[in-house]
Amino acid sequence: MTKKIKNLNLNFGPQHPAAHGVLRLILELDGEIVEKADPHIGLLHRGTEKLIENKTYMQAVPYFDRLDYVAPMNQEHAFALAIEKILKLEVPIRAQYIRVIFCEIGRILSHILNVTTQAMDVGALTPTLWGFEEREKLMGFYERVSGSRLHANYFRAGGVHQDLPQGLEEDISEFCENFPNIINDLESLLTDNRIFKQRNVDIGVVTKQDALDYSFSGVMIRGSGVPWDLRKSQPYDCYKNLDFKIPVGKNGDCYDRYLCRIEEMKESVSIIKQCLSKMEKGPIKSLDGKISPPPKKEIKQSMEALIHHFKLFTEGYRVPKDEIYTAVEAPKGEFGVYLISDGSSKPYKCKIRAPGFSHLQSMDYLIKGHMLADVPAVLGSLDIVFGEVDR
Amino acid sequence: MKTLEDLEKKINSELTTKINKTQIKHNQIYLETDKDDLIDVCLFLKTNNNTKFKQLIDITVVDYPERSQRFEVVYLFLSHEFNQRIVLKYSISENEVIPSITSIFPSANWMEREVFDMYGVSFKDHPDLRRILTDYGFEGHPLRKDFPLTGHNEVRYSEDEKKVINEPVKLEQNFRNFDYESPWEGTKYIKDEIESNDKKN
Repeated sequence: MTKKIKNLNLNFGPQHPAAHGVLRLILELDGEIVEKADPHIGLLHRGTEKLIENKTYMQAVPYFDRLDYVAPMNQEHAFALAIEKILKLEVPIRAQYIRVIFCEIGRILSHILNVTTQAMDVGALTPTLWGFEEREKLMGFYERVSGSRLHANYFRAGGVHQDLPQGLEEDISEFCENFPNIINDLESLLTDNRIFKQRNVDIGVVTKQDALDYSFSGVMIRGSGVPWDLRKSQPYDCYKNLDFKIPVGKNGDCYDRYLCRIEEMKESVSIIKQCLSKMEKGPIKSLDGKISPPPKKEIKQSMEALIHHFKLFTEGYRVPKDEIYTAVEAPKGEFGVYLISDGSSKPYKCKIRAPGFSHLQSMDYLIKGHMLADVPAVLGSLDIVFGEVDR
Repeated sequence: MKTLEDLEKKINSELTTKINKTQIKHNQIYLETDKDDLIDVCLFLKTNNNTKFKQLIDITVVDYPERSQRFEVVYLFLSHEFNQRIVLKYSISENEVIPSITSIFPSANWMEREVFDMYGVSFKDHPDLRRILTDYGFEGHPLRKDFPLTGHNEVRYSEDEKKVINEPVKLEQNFRNFDYESPWEGTKYIKDEIESNDKKN
């Protein structure tokens, strides 16, 4: 007698802690083996690109915080660079260092979240508790410089909104002294942990060729042994003055990607230290009054400053007709902005290229033939944040 | 290939009539082609030893409602080996079906679905052309310029029907789009005068 066996369809998410947000994953299971995965995304779609088309350039910045909300300033950076390139704006050197410091803080924020939640997905709780304590400190820096812990709205075309408050530089450098110990603590829990290795080594292997075919970037492509980092290959702001290494994986599995992220955090600390030591006093935004708003003090005395202030916050600055694609190395990969300006004060089009979108797309290919329990491990190592995938 | 100029020459000489226009700006090459040549151009860019644009970065569409060929389809490519970026474009009119490049770049799958969802451009030979970002049962294409910012329908939980329902958007106040645009650089007659003076000098 023969029995007919039917594959089981399983709905994973959209409300599942291991789905890292609002992912609805429809899995076709043969026993415990995944035959097919069909991610349904868009549950967090807010129409960011449409909204940006209806806002002035300065009003559009906060939307970038809400994309990848664990590393907000890295996104703002891409948008600011795009406008600067069209306007051919010079960014003062101090502003460049400040931006790089906060981008690296964003990278650490994102990597801590990813590494520790990945550990939680495969059964370890302690790293999350230890890591989040550090994230709290870093978000404290965000708050001190911009006024909010997450949605910073701090970068501007031509620089940053305001200078670092007193004492922040010292506190950041103190953090840089202590943080490597925390990384070591995390590593002592995870790197040689038998269970962690069993769950991650040889899971979700990406070959070099597939990393190219599936438009992978960031840790996803470096984990597979391609030494590609936009901070080195197409340096922006002051990255070319800084000395840092690009960690590269060998096997392209979840474990290698974890190791890459750990090493990148160490490099980020060293970048922040270099920036702090090289930074000098000076202006923090472009001196062009038609682009950067004047300081409050001046508005009360200078007629011209008052006019500039009024015009900038009603009409906004105009950007000449042009088009450009600019990308930055965000913690998750290549985050790009394809900006089309039409000479008015609002972007004609602003396409956002989110790294997570291409990474999640490959879910079907990555998970085929793995066990159901590997789904959260692979998903964790893809480093998905739905703010940017759904836009 | 060392410089962008070399690369531009190479592409022009190899693809000749398939490329309508090339331009270098912002350290990137901008190419214009035709819908029918898209597959050939993509294959060339990906496989040729002098270009090696092996990674597709993104696909998008720009909507120009006033043009007869309304949509401009844009492809962004990256070459890791030569560390160069290229932007490939062509124009199509509404309701035109364009070839899918999923067979050349597997990652084009979701990108083309997004374009289909947001602009309503259909792709030929796409394996799975469904909506991707919008809700199940959504109507319209949100990123077209003629789609209102506030949308058509809103979703809420109905206490009477005990389920989530869709209904037309009701706004307490109409959406207001303030036009702050003003001649920031001076009025037009002054501008003309300055320009004519500049020419004389």
